[in-house]
Amino acid sequence: MGNVAIIGVGQSTFSRQYPGSIRELAFDAFSEAMKDAQITTKDIDGSVICSSPEYDKQRSPSSLVAEYLGLIPIPTFYVETLCSSSSTGLKLAYSLIESGLHDMIAIVGVQKMSEISSKESQERMGRGADIQWESPFGTMMPAYYAMHAQAYLDKYDAELDDLAKVRVKSATYGQLNEKAYYRKPVALEDFTTEGSKMADPVSSPLRVGDCCANADGSSCVIVASEEKAKSFCKKPIWVLGIGAGLASVNMTGRESLTSLSAAEVAAEQAYKMAGVGPKDIDVAEVHDCFTIAEVMAYENLGFAEKGGAKELIRGKETYKEGSIPVNVDGGLLSKGHPIGATGGSQIRTIVLQLRDEAGQMQVKDPQIGLVHNIGGVGVYGNVTILGREQRG
Amino acid sequence: MAKPDIDDRFKKFGTVSFTSITKTNDFIDYLEKDQVMATKCKDCGETFFPPRADCYKCLSSNIEWVEVKGKGKLVSFSKLQYGPIGFEEDLPYSIALLNYGDYQVFGRIAKDVSEADIKIGMEMKTVANKLPNGQLNYVFTKA
Repeated sequence: MGNVAIIGVGQSTFSRQYPGSIRELAFDAFSEAMKDAQITTKDIDGSVICSSPEYDKQRSPSSLVAEYLGLIPIPTFYVETLCSSSSTGLKLAYSLIESGLHDMIAIVGVQKMSEISSKESQERMGRGADIQWESPFGTMMPAYYAMHAQAYLDKYDAELDDLAKVRVKSATYGQLNEKAYYRKPVALEDFTTEGSKMADPVSSPLRVGDCCANADGSSCVIVASEEKAKSFCKKPIWVLGIGAGLASVNMTGRESLTSLSAAEVAAEQAYKMAGVGPKDIDVAEVHDCFTIAEVMAYENLGFAEKGGAKELIRGKETYKEGSIPVNVDGGLLSKGHPIGATGGSQIRTIVLQLRDEAGQMQVKDPQIGLVHNIGGVGVYGNVTILGREQRG
Repeated sequence: MAKPDIDDRFKKFGTVSFTSITKTNDFIDYLEKDQVMATKCKDCGETFFPPRADCYKCLSSNIEWVEVKGKGKLVSFSKLQYGPIGFEEDLPYSIALLNYGDYQVFGRIAKDVSEADIKIGMEMKTVANKLPNGQLNYVFTKA
């Protein structure tokens, strides 16, 4: 067990309106990952395509994307867990390789959210919950995370400024990330200045600045068995631990709104499998679709005690030079959030960090990295731990 | 032959209803009589909100209706400034979660409860409500 490695990563630039089709968008990330791995399509024996189908006009998009990438006649598998689709894709690919059925798999995450009109998109947003019992009240994704934020701020005496500080950190690194959608600086004052876009209320207590933007984008991660990885790749990055958990869609099934139980379950599994703990993590990517999501992630991953996340952000401990650097690529808040591609983009960032290839965003000499990727409002929890060295 | 009647009573639930056919359609009849109901498994006694037609604990479909009575505690809430398509006329409105102990209820806070009065942990009750467009839902009011 534990002998699956990542040998190539790629990502498109994330943008509001990709000037091409879904298959062409997928190609951007795939070609980059293939060049990174220095392999050809003949070396690959399976593909996993990850997206959230409500944004795709194409039915069963996996086959068409695989066809465009030249991945025929090898089999393809389609995976969907909303915003964590490509992390789930990694778990599937890992299992396919560990089982011995496959040797090398391309995991392609792709989402062209501008494929449908903004009116259609708004209609779908209304259905992003329990459509029988919640959606008829007029719910939206930001409103659910806002309920978590309201409960969290109340329970732990955290401040709105603590949330804003997450966005300020994100923008610090988003400016350095050439693939990010939002690359402007953000100051704490932007959240309190009247007329500032960042301060515009969305769903109390969350403001525009607390929310990530939809984006078009793709990601690709190529994984291989130990034998293939060692023969093809000079710097394989090993998958040390993978955890996944589920929480109820309907808020009535949640025991607490101040943390995401699916993330806690996933983290526990991933740490156990990797044989490491939170203190061993040198760099992390967490699912900051909203600022509150990053705050809860610090605690759900064990970087802070319950209620202690505010001290981490206030003390800049999650900045690049801090004790546990988090989202030093700008995170979803700066990169944008192309649902099916997001997990693969997070994995790419950690792989580049562990290979010391992250440029201006590079953390000093990281050995072990972590990816926390959440689908829906805390519904699908995924935690992946990657390392420079194989597990002993 | 005449087509069988389709029981689509649930299309009356909420400002916009997204699904109309369910085994829990009686919920709508109770709402029309100003009652907000949960379901209870007659075999194991588990109470469910939202109402379920089937019990996942003992795999029974032997279910009865019970009223959501008394006071619940406000777990959290959020006031929306933007809404999905079809909810524009309702804006702004607050969604919320109430904890009744054995179960929780998700819904909206009544329009006449001012935002300044809303506090996490406060007691509220769930009441049936008729919407301006003739649809039905339920809202949380001060206990």
